[in-house]
Amino acid sequence: MIAIIDYGLGNVCAFANIYRRLGIPVTLARSAADLRDASHLVLPGVGAFDWAMKRLDDSGMRGVLDEMVLHQRRPVLGVCVGMQMMGKSSEEGKAAGLGWIAAKVRRFSEVHLQSMTHLPHMGWNDVEAVRTESLFAELGNDPRFYFLHSYYVDSEDDDQVLAWSDYGQRFACAIQRENILGVQFHPEKSHSWGVQLLKNFAGCEG
Amino acid sequence: MLRPRMIPCLLVHDGGLVKTVGFSQPKYVGDPLNAVRIFNEKEVDELMVLDIDASRLGKEPDYKMIGNLANECRMPLCYGGGVKSVDQVERIIGLGVEKVAISSGAIARPELISEAAARAGSQSIAVVIDVKVFGDPGTAEVVVMNGTQRTRLDPAAVAEQMQELGAGEIVLNSVDRDGTMSGYDMELIGSVRNATSLPLTVLGGAGSMSDIGQLIKQYGIIGAAAGSLFVFKGKFRAVLINYPSRADKDALIEGARKQ
Repeated sequence: MIAIIDYGLGNVCAFANIYRRLGIPVTLARSAADLRDASHLVLPGVGAFDWAMKRLDDSGMRGVLDEMVLHQRRPVLGVCVGMQMMGKSSEEGKAAGLGWIAAKVRRFSEVHLQSMTHLPHMGWNDVEAVRTESLFAELGNDPRFYFLHSYYVDSEDDDQVLAWSDYGQRFACAIQRENILGVQFHPEKSHSWGVQLLKNFAGCEG
Repeated sequence: MLRPRMIPCLLVHDGGLVKTVGFSQPKYVGDPLNAVRIFNEKEVDELMVLDIDASRLGKEPDYKMIGNLANECRMPLCYGGGVKSVDQVERIIGLGVEKVAISSGAIARPELISEAAARAGSQSIAVVIDVKVFGDPGTAEVVVMNGTQRTRLDPAAVAEQMQELGAGEIVLNSVDRDGTMSGYDMELIGSVRNATSLPLTVLGGAGSMSDIGQLIKQYGIIGAAAGSLFVFKGKFRAVLINYPSRADKDALIEGARKQ
């Protein structure tokens, strides 16, 4: 059973719809009790960093999530701000992150951008996977995903970078440290590429 | 490589989809959810849905419809219409919409944009600037309430102000070109492009894929939105939802970049 963490932010229904269509059991988790039977967790997120952290704190699920992710090692996929929340901190706000991965969230530098358009990084971009066996399996030759963000996860360790993308600078658009995975783009809004990636996540082992 | 976006824009009126000309003469073109399903199959870059009744009639956004659209959409969705408060923005984002477009509400009370950005993040706040040209020689002016009220405001100045307030995208809509399929207003686009570094999406006038190609050639990363182009086919404007294939889109972008 995949649990989509529903703390009031992010498109929880879009994830649930995709998994239902794939015939993979899914539930929306709004409380610690709802998380109990989950084999996999999806942590979506939209909006400002501090607001997202506050909403997650207020949801009453934070303690159970720490236990499931750090001790029981159940696979978790952070999406967009959900991925950013897995780091230690963000230049966007003052709140501390979940601290699940060694990374800080930084704002893109605008000096490197050639186009008249700067931030946010909005639209479809190429994704270059470092490893194509797990999350990025069976995605074809030129997978592209939808991005919508001004901040990115600056990993302290390149070994945990699963995929890179480019927006004026190379940045980690996907990370994995053991059972902890994150993607900066929106798989739930990235057509067949996104569906395949979410299907791959469901097959990830902790 | 980040790609320019090609975005069908759908207008909602009396619960159905319509296409207007010059913001009037709404012609019924179909059911919103059915259109979303077809656009899913066509793998569109993004979808924009604007409720053209809500602000004009002082109505709340139709949350039930928005939720249904967001659930169905397998691509990013931008919703606009009747948004005046941060609570509304948050509720709409909570329904699974990626971006909320604010038009009249941002002109009436510009602080709404900074409040909404603080809550939802700039990336989720788009400001729609409706523009009409008045007089001869023409002066471009921002209009609100479906183009029925003038504001004396300069579109480029408003774009600049909205960026400072924390907007994440500018949607520039030419009322004069709406439904005419006579090409984008390149002069208007140029003046607003120079005033902001935000992602810019332009709407009003696209009549062919070559109009979009021309826009990309000139501006590179831009959002090319269109209504009529993606819902009508042929000179008799028969309703037929259409959208370029992935290969056609790539070729168009490639061609525009090489020239």
